[in-house]
Amino acid sequence: MEKRFIIAVYVENKSGVLTRVTGMFTRRGFNIDTLTVGATEREEFSRITICMRGDKYVQEQMINQLKKLLVVKKVEVIEEEPIQRELMLIKVVNDAKNRSDIMTAVDVFRASVIDYSPEGMCIEVTGSPSKIDAFVKLMQPFGILEMCRTGIVALDRGVTTLFSK
Amino acid sequence: MILTGAQILVRTLIEQGVTDIFGYPGGQVINIYDALYEYRAEINHVLTAHEQGAAHAADGYSRATGKVGVCLATSGPGATNLVTGIATAMLDSIPMVAITGNVPCSLIGKDSFQEIDITGVTLPITKHNYFVSDIAQLADTLREAFAVAKSGRPGPVLVDIPKDVQVGKYEYEPKGVVEKTPLPTVEETLIEQAVDLISQAKRPYIYVGGGAAGLGMGRAIVEFANKIDAVIGCSFMGLSAVPQENERFLGMQGMHGHYASSMAQNEADLILGIGVRFSDRATGNVAKFAKQSKIIQLDPDCAEINKNVRVDLGLVGDVCDSFSRIAKKCEAKSNPAWLARVNRLKEEEASFEAEIAAANQAPLSPKQVFEIINAEKKAGTVIATDVGQHQMWTAQYAYFDRPRRIVSSGGLGTMGFGLGAAIGAYTATKDPVILITGDGSFGMNLNELATAVTYKIPVVIVLMNNGVLGMVRQWQTLFFGKRYSSTVLERKTDFVALAKAFGLDGCVAETPVEFRKAFQGAVAGNKPFVIDVRIDKDEMVLPMLPPGGAISDIITKI
Repeated sequence: MEKRFIIAVYVENKSGVLTRVTGMFTRRGFNIDTLTVGATEREEFSRITICMRGDKYVQEQMINQLKKLLVVKKVEVIEEEPIQRELMLIKVVNDAKNRSDIMTAVDVFRASVIDYSPEGMCIEVTGSPSKIDAFVKLMQPFGILEMCRTGIVALDRGVTTLFSK
Repeated sequence: MILTGAQILVRTLIEQGVTDIFGYPGGQVINIYDALYEYRAEINHVLTAHEQGAAHAADGYSRATGKVGVCLATSGPGATNLVTGIATAMLDSIPMVAITGNVPCSLIGKDSFQEIDITGVTLPITKHNYFVSDIAQLADTLREAFAVAKSGRPGPVLVDIPKDVQVGKYEYEPKGVVEKTPLPTVEETLIEQAVDLISQAKRPYIYVGGGAAGLGMGRAIVEFANKIDAVIGCSFMGLSAVPQENERFLGMQGMHGHYASSMAQNEADLILGIGVRFSDRATGNVAKFAKQSKIIQLDPDCAEINKNVRVDLGLVGDVCDSFSRIAKKCEAKSNPAWLARVNRLKEEEASFEAEIAAANQAPLSPKQVFEIINAEKKAGTVIATDVGQHQMWTAQYAYFDRPRRIVSSGGLGTMGFGLGAAIGAYTATKDPVILITGDGSFGMNLNELATAVTYKIPVVIVLMNNGVLGMVRQWQTLFFGKRYSSTVLERKTDFVALAKAFGLDGCVAETPVEFRKAFQGAVAGNKPFVIDVRIDKDEMVLPMLPPGGAISDIITKI
């Protein structure tokens, strides 16, 4: 059965490492929804968070192929409702007719307006992917000029860490 | 001691036990060649005609011995010419270290003369690769490259060294040969599960792959088959792992495998796969593959479990260790009904073969060619092949008298592989070497005849000449209404004259008598020799599983 899952990968913090990881996805025909990469609590490692869909065989194959890459130090599936966040910047049309509706939405979603001009405003929203999806949907009637999403970052709940697993 | 980067490279190769290296000089490896000249008493360099030949030679060197093969090429086109050879090694898990020069770091990324991003190019076809930008890292990077190439599931590793690193100077401290990284041992509970599955089986089939061949497990596998009364089959890469004369051994299974081996695998209730990856050429239609069978798979590579077929039990780790623990725990048993069934399959196979042989009107059939080779070749002969019909006939008919005696491109199916690989195999072993090739494959890299002559490689080249690209033509005959698009060669190449031009001898053989005489002469001559063996263009490789078909769709006659 196909389901969505999140994989966290500790990789060496070196140039070319991301190419090795993404090149493997292309080569093996894995389709990913989102991929983020950034610094970790250890300087020598970067953390890649991958969100994708597939059945348990796709998941198992993906993890095993990742484990084979020499630059990969640790791979785990983050399961059972992890803490997950995504950030979005969205630029919407600002006009007198819509302004108060947009501001209400910003308020309710605990988003914030980070740039403002008489024709448009840029809003920052952070939250679960479904919350971001809902906000995008809400903004559509007002006119979305541009948007970008970071993809998901996720951690296990409690004191569990990738290295303690 | 303080040495140049080029000297450090050569010293590290010597330190890692490298005695032979195959390569071709060029602008960005002049310094390395200068160091090879300096250390020529300790390391033998074989100059090939083309970098592709060097890569195949390093590969053949490894296949024949298990040692890490090493090849060397300059930047740009030198490096890209290695690519097919590296990919060939990758698909068959052959340990190899490929070394390339590159432009100095200051010129990297500027599309300089003969600059190519070879680590980028070879990313998908190496187990790992390195760009060495700091001379301080050079020796350790090379050591790591050897460790990676031979550890776990082996494979090719490329090390790209820019010119300024070769020219620079640094302290060199000799170290010992790097050890293989030990593989994890499999948990006892999994071993017990395997033993349970095996003890329940009434129709066990041991399926041997290239991994088992590389580990020299043949004798242990036969002993185990005797103990649990199983039959043994192999993938193409598993050929020569198990003694062929053993009555339990049914030969290669799969698309062009032996009938009894493929059928037995399809009827088995337990398949024990050892170092085998269930490739599409071996399984046919995966959805219909061995449906009634439990499958146990032993492999060092976690990603091979459930990749191509779903298995009931995957044991990832040290294959020899897992196997010997399973073998020890399993109780002896007998499966007379299964063995009787397999004997019937063998009889059917023999009758198909007899029928095909009787129907053959040609003056010299492929099967006769191999009967003569098997009878006349010396003990310990390495058989290298190219790719196509002749390769499958080799798999079906050739007799390999010990492990590592077949040198052939299985996974990638590289036409033009054989001659370079034969040169590498001979360089490594000094054992007699035969190349079985076809006129199509031979045409791709016959320039290496020059290398064979220069280095006095006594390779006997059996060129099965049918004037067509036989394997593709066979598909066109069977599945494309005999529309022979671009498979009829219509060349006027005189292979005997060609051999003479390269400085070796050759002859034509059109009948069994002529071929036997020519082959005996070539083997006794102890120098490179080409036999242009004329075979009929309509010869087919049978049996055959049609593409996408199941074992039950096997074609045994046309």
